[in-house]
Amino acid sequence: MKKHHWSWSAIYLTFVFIILYAPIVYLVVFSFSSGKTMERYRGFSLQHYADLFADSRMITIVINTLLVAFLASLLATIIGTLGALAIKDARRPWKNSLLSLNNVLMVSPDVIIGASFLIFFTMLGVRLGFVSVLLSHVAFCIPIVVLMVLPKLNELSPTLVDAAYDLGATRWQALTRVILPAIAPGILAGYFMAFTYSLDDFAVTFFVTGNGFSTLSVEIYSRARQGIDLEINALSTLMFIASLLLVIGYYIISKHGGRRHRIVVVREGDAQ
Amino acid sequence: MRQKAMFIVPYALWIVLFVVAPLVLILYQSFFDINGHATLGNYANYLTSSVYLKMTLNSVWYALLITLVTLVISYPTAYVLNHLPNKQFWLLLVILPTWINLLLKTYAFIGLFSRTGTINQFLQFTGLGSHQLLFTDASFMFVAAYIEIPFMVLPIFNSLAEINPSLINASYDLGATQWQTFRKVIWPLSMPGVKAGIQAVFIPSLSLFMITRLIGGNRVITLGTAIEEHFLTTQNWGMGSTIGVVLIIAMFIIMFMTGDKKQKGGRS
Amino acid sequence: MKKLFSAFFAVVLICILLALGDLALNHQSTGGSGKTLTIYNWGDYIDPALISKFEQQTGYRVDYETFDSNESMLTKIRQGGTNYDVVIPSEYTVQRMKKEHLIAPLDHRQLPNLRYIDPQFLNQAFDRGNRYSVPYFWGTLGIIYNDQKVTGKDVQHWEQLWNPRLKNNLMLIDSARDVFAVALITQHDSVNTTDYQQLKLAQHHLKQLTPNVKAIIADEMKMYMEQDEAAVGVTYSGDAREMMNINHHLHYVVPSEGSNIWFDNMVIPKAARNKTAAYQFINFMLEPGNAAQNAKYVGYATPNAAAKKQLPKKITADKAFYPPANTMKHLQTYRDLPLRVLGEYNDLFLEFKMFAK
Repeated sequence: MKKHHWSWSAIYLTFVFIILYAPIVYLVVFSFSSGKTMERYRGFSLQHYADLFADSRMITIVINTLLVAFLASLLATIIGTLGALAIKDARRPWKNSLLSLNNVLMVSPDVIIGASFLIFFTMLGVRLGFVSVLLSHVAFCIPIVVLMVLPKLNELSPTLVDAAYDLGATRWQALTRVILPAIAPGILAGYFMAFTYSLDDFAVTFFVTGNGFSTLSVEIYSRARQGIDLEINALSTLMFIASLLLVIGYYIISKHGGRRHRIVVVREGDAQ
Repeated sequence: MRQKAMFIVPYALWIVLFVVAPLVLILYQSFFDINGHATLGNYANYLTSSVYLKMTLNSVWYALLITLVTLVISYPTAYVLNHLPNKQFWLLLVILPTWINLLLKTYAFIGLFSRTGTINQFLQFTGLGSHQLLFTDASFMFVAAYIEIPFMVLPIFNSLAEINPSLINASYDLGATQWQTFRKVIWPLSMPGVKAGIQAVFIPSLSLFMITRLIGGNRVITLGTAIEEHFLTTQNWGMGSTIGVVLIIAMFIIMFMTGDKKQKGGRS
Repeated sequence: MKKLFSAFFAVVLICILLALGDLALNHQSTGGSGKTLTIYNWGDYIDPALISKFEQQTGYRVDYETFDSNESMLTKIRQGGTNYDVVIPSEYTVQRMKKEHLIAPLDHRQLPNLRYIDPQFLNQAFDRGNRYSVPYFWGTLGIIYNDQKVTGKDVQHWEQLWNPRLKNNLMLIDSARDVFAVALITQHDSVNTTDYQQLKLAQHHLKQLTPNVKAIIADEMKMYMEQDEAAVGVTYSGDAREMMNINHHLHYVVPSEGSNIWFDNMVIPKAARNKTAAYQFINFMLEPGNAAQNAKYVGYATPNAAAKKQLPKKITADKAFYPPANTMKHLQTYRDLPLRVLGEYNDLFLEFKMFAK
């Protein structure tokens, strides 16, 4: 029975992963095509990779994009986690309105967000460029972090925190020793989601960027008029492989540190 | 207590600067017509025009369907992932595809779905004949769900991972079947994640715009498409903002509904 | 907790490394004078080799930023906060920018190479005397068809698109002005009409087209047509050229009864910071050798007569892209319409799209 159950789930999971990765495989395959567009495959070639490495403008854009994504999601995660803590502690009527305000940016279409940020930045006299893009990315990444962290906080039993205080923990100690470890998966999930939002954003970035600063999405969307260059496929392939390596690296590290990891898990389980 | 205040400051600052301020701006703009005169005409126009009302219904309907499809695919995925060794690794593999640019992936889907595309070639190969896949509701919903899956899997996975295994064991010990255990123990306990997922998927689905054109061929028009058009083509920011206000009100209603239930669920 | 902290420091470290890399790259490219020229253009709409050549010739550093539509570009320029030196809008946007005092009048003495431009592309209605703009590329609106699915003579005129044989086989460009232009031309009205009755009539006519309409899309039409997804499409000549390069069964027609002709133009915004370099750049792009090189790279039709001579005969003899004089005289440019009228176009178009379902 048990074994049978597992095999069905394996089939299901394989199916889901095939769907998730089908378009990516498609992109990767065409990055090696000697043709110019993503239709018929025209024989193997590394031409697009050569083009990519010769394109210093593109490389600058990639670095900019990654820098904004890493930094914005880090700041958003910190502020968002603090925000989730604040919402958790807030009283009932406040809680709901805070949560609703939190979600405003998630529902507003990007164009509206972008346009109103643009007006806002120019009103404040912020020079458009790296700083304005970073600030906007932090801004629209915060809500998703809150949404990821809050369920974890809600599951955290209040008695556990009380127990920490009873044992003489300061607020800081209670936070770092009890609360943060318990909600760490939510925080990490929030970070990854924020990173995703940041990497993928086009409309908001478009409006608030300026003075020569550009990100990958803006570049890709603006190129659509001329047809998407397979150089972009090559770039995406490289970025995909890099992130895959990162994930596998994470897997190996966590496997090696497996024992320690398990202890942490047990301790969390005990705590509940 | 002072420390507590310090926690709130950055978040509160964010709310004031990047949420309330744009919100006020949008509200303010929704009271101006295309020539910059103050008016209530935009709202009157929205409420009396059959085009906008139909569009609103359309958007809600499609968003509901997309959310449902996403949930149906994501819940079992999150559930199965949770039973795997190295589950964090597999979870990362679910998120990874979202790091590839959306427009690129959409173009890849065009390649996969087109008449001469990979899927039709496969169908022909298996003798099922070629079909019109693009510009159908099914393909539109599929791609929309594809985009949203990671945003649904993640919160559900997190809340499933939190469930104390002893509760499940206790349920079996008390003679519950697998299905009963799922319905009475696992499903209710994973509810916060499901709700977070629904919020993260339904609300943005209301304002989808790009894939409505690329995959849907503009046969599906959502509120997002209309806003896009008003802001960028017509330059009628007043009307665009009005629809934006409607969307935000819709979101407040949804938040109010799910938020209330969550409290009850949390206590029981 | 340890895990959280180490993750935190790892991210900080990555950020520092990226910032350093960014600095190094910037340093490398600044090199010379440190004076910059900022260009705001469509993506991939210039041969990058020309930018390098210009940088070498003048010692300026070129910042190249891109936009995806006239309207979003306009929103940004209008709002201020940026200082672009050269921008490349389409003709109706030039007119709008002129009206809103966003662009500076040009000093023709600083643009001696303007004499290479074919006179028929100068002094257009949207900018008399080319006081504000210099043509960059031009093109038309037309019909692209797949010869495996329809015969050429069935799609020479706009009215033929209504033929029931094209059921669910036609793709339209997602632009209110262009789709209405098709309908307006079939009823012999101006593509710039402000008469609501004529527009209503055009919409009525368009609604009868809906059984044939498969999709209303933008740039992605290229990919769709290349993949034989539909028999016929209404699109721009520039896009058509690219589709035909990929799929040799595709052909492009500019209906002789009339169509839209469009121009992308170089302008200098009022807020430009480095006007000297802007003039130098425009003049540089007008040089026949450079213009020809750019036309070869981008693939659109060049208004530069001297450059056209340098292009291969195969390109310039193609009637679809350099139409004969008797078609040329029926082509109309879009005029910038009052916002109210533009709103009517778009509302009627939105209704048409909803009807298409």
